Amino acid sequence: MENLLDLFIRNVFTENMIFAYFLGMCSYLAVSKTVKTSIGLGIAVIFVITVTVPVNWILENYLLKSGALSWLGSRFENVDLSFLSFLLFIAVIAAMVQLIEMVVEKSAPALYNALGIFLPLIAVNCAVLGAALFMQEREYGTIVEATVYGFGAGFGWALAIIVLAAIREKLKYSNVPAPLRGLGLAFILTGLLAIAFMGFSGIKI
Amino acid sequence: MKNYQLLLNPLNDENPITVQVLGICSALAVTVQMKPAIVMALSVTVVTAFSNLIISMGRNTIPPRIRIIIQLVVVAFLVIVVDQVLKAYVYDVSKKLSVFVGLIITNCILMGRLEAFAMSNKPFESFLDGIGNGAGYGLILIALGTIRELLGSGSLMGYQIIPQAFYESGYQDNGMMILPPMALITVGIIIWIQRGYNRKLIDKS
Repeated sequence: MENLLDLFIRNVFTENMIFAYFLGMCSYLAVSKTVKTSIGLGIAVIFVITVTVPVNWILENYLLKSGALSWLGSRFENVDLSFLSFLLFIAVIAAMVQLIEMVVEKSAPALYNALGIFLPLIAVNCAVLGAALFMQEREYGTIVEATVYGFGAGFGWALAIIVLAAIREKLKYSNVPAPLRGLGLAFILTGLLAIAFMGFSGIKI
Repeated sequence: MKNYQLLLNPLNDENPITVQVLGICSALAVTVQMKPAIVMALSVTVVTAFSNLIISMGRNTIPPRIRIIIQLVVVAFLVIVVDQVLKAYVYDVSKKLSVFVGLIITNCILMGRLEAFAMSNKPFESFLDGIGNGAGYGLILIALGTIRELLGSGSLMGYQIIPQAFYESGYQDNGMMILPPMALITVGIIIWIQRGYNRKLIDKS
C-alpha cells in the first residue's frame, strides 16, 4: 500500500509528465488559456490514461512481451511480438477514446458537452501513448501498480495544465514585451514551473 | 503555392515548433546533445514526408469518418520501420532516444500536416510539405541541441569545444542547461528572438 502511494506521489510530482518528460506539450500550451477549459481537458486526460494503461498492461503481458504467449502452449514460449507494441498501443488508445466518447455521450451528456472537442483530441496526446510506453519500459509487476501509475501520470498532467492556465489568466493584465507575448512567455513560464517542481525530487513516503 | 514556398515557409513564417505549436514534446526531450537531435530530426522528416505522400495518394478513397485511425496506422507503420532501422544501425542513439521514437506516432506535426495539407493536396506537393515541415522542425532541434550541448557540457557532437585551459582557470559548465526546464526557457528565448525580427508573427491579443 505504501509502495503504491509512493508510486502515485512520485508520478504526480517528481516524474511529472509535463515538467520532467515534456509529454502532451502541444495541447498543454494550446489549451491553457483559461482555467475552465483546462480543468475539462485535465479530467478527460486523467480518465483516458487511467483506462488505457491497464488495458495496455494486459496486452503487453499476455500478448506482446517475449514469452508472454506461453499461456497458449509451449510452442509459443519464444514468440516475441514487442515490435508490434506501437501499433497495438495506439490502436487501443484510439479505440478507447472512441468508446469513452460514446459512453460519456450516452450516460453523462453534461460532461460530454463540457469536454467538447477535447475528448477526440486526446487520441493524439503524447502523454497517453507516453504513459503506455513508460509502463512497458519500467515493467510494472501487477495490474494494480500499472493502474496507479496511470492515474498518477494523468493527475500530474491535469495539475500542471491547471496551474499554467491560472498563471496565464493573471498575466493578461501585465505589460509583456510584444514578441514574447503568448507562446514565448508560456514556454518560459513552463520552464520556471519545471524548476520549481524539481524541488520535489527525492521525496519518499 | 509554389513548390519552393512549400519547402521554405516552414523554416520561418510557418515553423512547426515556434509558430504552429506542433511537435514540442519530442523537440525538448532529445536536445541535450546534438547527435540524438540530428537523428530525431531526420527520422521525423522521413516519416512526415512519406506519410504525407501515402495519405495524399489515398485522399480520395479514405472515408472521412475513419480517417484518423487510417492516418495513425500509416504513421505507426512508418515509425516501426524507422525504429527498426535505428536499432540496426545506430543502436546507442536509439537507446538514448528511448520512447521518443515511438512517440513520433503522436507527434502533432504528423497529424497536423496530414489533416491540414495532405488530405487536400496532390501527392508531390504533400511530399514537399512534409520535407519542409520536417526541416523546420529539425532546424529548431539542431539550434536547441547546439546551445544546450555547448553550454551544458562544453562539447559539440561529443567533441570537446571549450579548451581545457578555460576549465583550469575556473570556467564551469552550466549544469542547468542539461536539465529539462532550460530546454523550455531556451525555446521561449528562440521564439522571442524570432518574433523580434519577424514582427508579423506577434500575438495580437
